[in-house]
Amino acid sequence: MATREIAGKTVQVNDEGFMTDPVEWSEEIAAAIAAEEGIGALIDAHWTIIRWCRKEAEGKKWKSPTLRQITTGTEVSTKELFTLFPKGPAKKVARIAGLGKPEGCV
Amino acid sequence: MAENNRHIAFICSKGDLDMAYPALIMGWGALGDGIDVTIFFTFWGMDLVTKKRLGKLQLAPVANTSMKMSLMGVPVPANWGIPNVMGIIPGMTRFASWIMRKKIKQVGAPTVPEYLQMLIDGGAKLYPCKMTADMMGLKEEDFIDGIQGIATVSDFLDMTKDAEIIFI
Repeated sequence: MATREIAGKTVQVNDEGFMTDPVEWSEEIAAAIAAEEGIGALIDAHWTIIRWCRKEAEGKKWKSPTLRQITTGTEVSTKELFTLFPKGPAKKVARIAGLGKPEGCV
Repeated sequence: MAENNRHIAFICSKGDLDMAYPALIMGWGALGDGIDVTIFFTFWGMDLVTKKRLGKLQLAPVANTSMKMSLMGVPVPANWGIPNVMGIIPGMTRFASWIMRKKIKQVGAPTVPEYLQMLIDGGAKLYPCKMTADMMGLKEEDFIDGIQGIATVSDFLDMTKDAEIIFI
């Protein structure tokens, strides 16, 4: 398993750059990945989504939620989700939240 | 549209309930992965964006070799189809559509109108076909809010020069 350093911490990642051990995640790591993804500084609305995803995934053996699950679970609208995480929110949210690629099509 | 961004264009030509979903599912997945999405609706596919029709799409069991008795919950060998003669019984199309809607809901997928709204909100560009609109007497106000406008074939081809095109 490959490793890489993010925000001063060495974490395990897969070929696509997703963290493979969600427990290694920290808020500093999230901020660093968000910067890499071109999202910039994370605001409260980002954190609401990130924290919800982590909580949701934790109860489901760290299975990453899909976009539809995020919008129904957080009451964040689709438009808002695509504005907060532009150009590919599915993978961006998962990466920043330290989760794997979402498993599901909706 | 971002420069050098991957772009997928779907041509939806069918208005059956089951044929509405492929573009919606793949289009939504593409948006989620940061891919630009354009959908052109033509012929029966116009039903997907026509206000009076999109919530009432149906699935007919007649001459549909993929519709099996087991889909209806009938305990028979998996390959037993629904006899065409049964398909012509009044109410069968409605029943088959209801079964399909139930199955779609079971996997957590939204209805066609909800899906279209998600695609619009996610940035997909939707265009009904001009020739079909003229042929069916449909005007801009007959279509759902959020479409980009009625487009000709030439408009569509201009918009999708660098796109991967999928015909459904």
